[in-house]
Amino acid sequence: MNQTIELFVNGIQYRRSVEPRLLLCDFLRYDLGLTGTHVGCEHGVCGACTVLLDREAVRSCLLFAVQTNGREIATVEGLGDGPQQMHALQHGFWEMHGLQCGYCTPGILMSLVPFLEENPDPSEEEIRELLSGNICRCTGYQKIVEAVQLGARLLWEESN
Amino acid sequence: MTTRQFGQPLKRNEDPRLLTGHALFTDDVQLPGMLHVAFWRSDLAHALIRSVDVESARKRPGVVAVYTAEDLGEFWQPGPLLVPPPPVEQLEFHQRTQVPLAKGKVRHAGESVAMVVGESRYLAEDALDDVFVDYEPLEAVVDLEAALAAGAPLVHEDLGSNVSARVTQTKGDWAAAESEADLVLHRRFHYDRGTAAAMENRGIAASWDERAQRLTVWDTTQAPIAIRNGLAAMLGLSEHQVRVIAPFIGGGFGPKIMMFYPEEVLLAWAAVQLNCSLKWIEDREENFYATTQERGQIHDAAIALRRDGTVLGVRDRFLHDAGAYAPYGLTVPINSQCTLLGPYVVPNYHSEFTSVFTNKPIVTPYRGAGRQHGVFVMERLLDAAARRLSLDPAEIRRKNFIPPEEFPFSNEIIYQDFAPLVYDSGNYEPALDRALELIDYERFKREEQPRREAAGERVGIAVVNYIEGTGIGPYEGARVTVEASGKVSVATGVGTQGQGHYTSFAQVVAEQIGVDVSDIHVVTGDTDLFYWGAGTFASRGAVVAGNAMHAAATKVRGKILKLAGEKLEAAEEDLELIEGRVQVKGVPQTSISLGALAAEANPMRGAVQPGTEPGLEATEYFGPERGATASGVHAMVLRVDPDTFLLEIERYVVVHDCGTVINPLILEGQIQGGVAQGIGNAFYEQLHFDENGALQNASLMDYLLPTASDIPNIVSDHVETPSPLNPLGVKGAGEAGAIPVGALFAQALDDAYRDIELEVREIPLSPNRLFELVGEALTREPA
Repeated sequence: MNQTIELFVNGIQYRRSVEPRLLLCDFLRYDLGLTGTHVGCEHGVCGACTVLLDREAVRSCLLFAVQTNGREIATVEGLGDGPQQMHALQHGFWEMHGLQCGYCTPGILMSLVPFLEENPDPSEEEIRELLSGNICRCTGYQKIVEAVQLGARLLWEESN
Repeated sequence: MTTRQFGQPLKRNEDPRLLTGHALFTDDVQLPGMLHVAFWRSDLAHALIRSVDVESARKRPGVVAVYTAEDLGEFWQPGPLLVPPPPVEQLEFHQRTQVPLAKGKVRHAGESVAMVVGESRYLAEDALDDVFVDYEPLEAVVDLEAALAAGAPLVHEDLGSNVSARVTQTKGDWAAAESEADLVLHRRFHYDRGTAAAMENRGIAASWDERAQRLTVWDTTQAPIAIRNGLAAMLGLSEHQVRVIAPFIGGGFGPKIMMFYPEEVLLAWAAVQLNCSLKWIEDREENFYATTQERGQIHDAAIALRRDGTVLGVRDRFLHDAGAYAPYGLTVPINSQCTLLGPYVVPNYHSEFTSVFTNKPIVTPYRGAGRQHGVFVMERLLDAAARRLSLDPAEIRRKNFIPPEEFPFSNEIIYQDFAPLVYDSGNYEPALDRALELIDYERFKREEQPRREAAGERVGIAVVNYIEGTGIGPYEGARVTVEASGKVSVATGVGTQGQGHYTSFAQVVAEQIGVDVSDIHVVTGDTDLFYWGAGTFASRGAVVAGNAMHAAATKVRGKILKLAGEKLEAAEEDLELIEGRVQVKGVPQTSISLGALAAEANPMRGAVQPGTEPGLEATEYFGPERGATASGVHAMVLRVDPDTFLLEIERYVVVHDCGTVINPLILEGQIQGGVAQGIGNAFYEQLHFDENGALQNASLMDYLLPTASDIPNIVSDHVETPSPLNPLGVKGAGEAGAIPVGALFAQALDDAYRDIELEVREIPLSPNRLFELVGEALTREPA
């Protein structure tokens, strides 16, 4: 009953045989070993499992792996090039203490990538509205907002 | 001179791993052939179990084993009592602790009846559908007062009542205070349950290596060493055969310390039984039942005052909801009892509580751990008194502060650490003044509030105080080692759940050894790397483990100076540690690197002096005689939408005193995060149990956690009154932000509706509840 799927994750092509009921988050974490994507609620509320599907932010706990056949996924592991070569957004979070336990952080980073592509200079209110789709229980959000502001500036500086 | 790193807002050593998805969390542990566990949990809160049939589950393909209580044999034992009752004279205590799997009876919804081990999580969960439990439902014990009524159903029949404990503590003579007073006010207060809702649910991975005869457990625990010791004892293994690792943990907040969770015990047992590796990861729905909760209390309190607002005494009688079992002893209600006294001189105090068993999930400490309730009661009593005596809320507080020259200040009762409740230090008035200044209190009351009210707005201001007993014993330890690479490795037994220990502990060590914080590698929570310790709770990591770090680093510094003095032929006092080297002060040419020195200290040839220890290493312990008392003031300006009863927090100020600050960036994060949880507790989050003990909102869709749109920016400032009880002078800060928020909301709402004499006497609130309370106040007959 397994189905074979082919997809790109962080630019690498994978071909795997999976059960149709396998969740995308479980596929990424256990079949591909990309454990940077975290699962917080399994019902699409907390946003911890957010990844990009064809460059759009999606909840990987609400999708089956088979639904991503032939498509492109990006996870936090592909955002920069590891701890030594982080993405500008990751630097923003590091500088501003935008994380504590770090469990929700990968989902927040992935939510921000398409947001900042569309809106490279967001207001605080716009940032807070975007972030309201991701629950963080540690920080109280203030430093995340500051981290996004710095990350956006660093991204802008990079591209100019 | 090396740039000072202690006290600086350094960014964290651990962040690059967390930011890039390279940090190991418990669910990331994957071992070859690993099996997966699912639990069959009761959906009834109170029922007799007539029979459990797991035969068809056992036959399902992909199922490796199914266990019920009967299958556990002698391993089935109630869990240990983690904290014994305190040495208080007037005490009654009935020990009932959780069991691995329910036998004969379930006592709360979500209690496990059977455990399925399967080849995948999907298969194990499938097999839960094949388990059949034949129940005889019983009436559930839900309401605290009904639980104590004659003829109430009993959670533990053999006790003959639902009383878990009764404790009375007194100071002075309440009756005398009452008779002497110009004003005595009586009030009833309710505080209801919420859940910590760490973003990472609990999880355990356990692996038994038959050839090495060793058990390795990865556990989302705040107390890995206690888990190691307990598991070894339960399984009949030596402590050296068990390694417990608390890897990166996605938020703790208290409930992750409730050792021993049934799952912790069962996974370890099954790994040995089946000679395998297995894993269980709690899902969010399970987390609402199977992880501990907090906050259900009902207080009947009274305050006695002089006409000028001087407090003569407080009397409080309260009921505490313990849930179905009470493994954590009386920590939570004792904290309520003790923290009520706050930063005030209360010469006479009578406090008695009854802890009550109910058919609800187990109660253990959750960030604040009972302190919220005490603060709420005292602050509300002061507000009610201020209104009656026509005093300003800030001024009645100022009037009753313990003066700075009165420390150490004894409250003559026993605290959760079993030590007398003696405040080590404090200076409350400067913090209050600073908070009033930052919130612009006087101008708001004089100008802004009347102007906005004239324009039809509902706006209120509030200022509340709290103290927090932090950094309690018994002890923690630390080992500091200078390696031949010149880098420093550090280990301690406490676990880390996001507090930044990898950085703050490194800052403590860097202060002594003169290396860059980024060259200090800290390990927390791996029992193979540090053997002794208690755990991360009670805002004690920085205080207790931090001072152990300081002691070990100071000793290593001594070894470095001694050896370097010999090598450089210089007196120790002429040397300085700077940027990873030891040099003669002001003479950088005469120096030796710490790496070279570490190699010299561990020679491969030649004799060493008798009694010499190899290497540049030291292990030290720190145990405070009692906790360090932190304190603070929160202030807020709140706007209520008079139609929807939604709130907007317009300004929020925190001025706090946690003694010496190790890393202000991390501290600010702790405070802001604590306030956010406090706001959730005050106005968003409430667990709703029905009369059968079923939880009505066990999902994040129905249990409302505040988001980035709900939490305001917080303005914070410090007052530093170093603790005299530890060399670093630090006090804990982890829980402070969450503690006074309910009281703050209540006062601000009262202020916004002072024209109708609204008096909020409960937390949590919600727009709907506020609508009801305002409606009641409007229709109340004038007094």
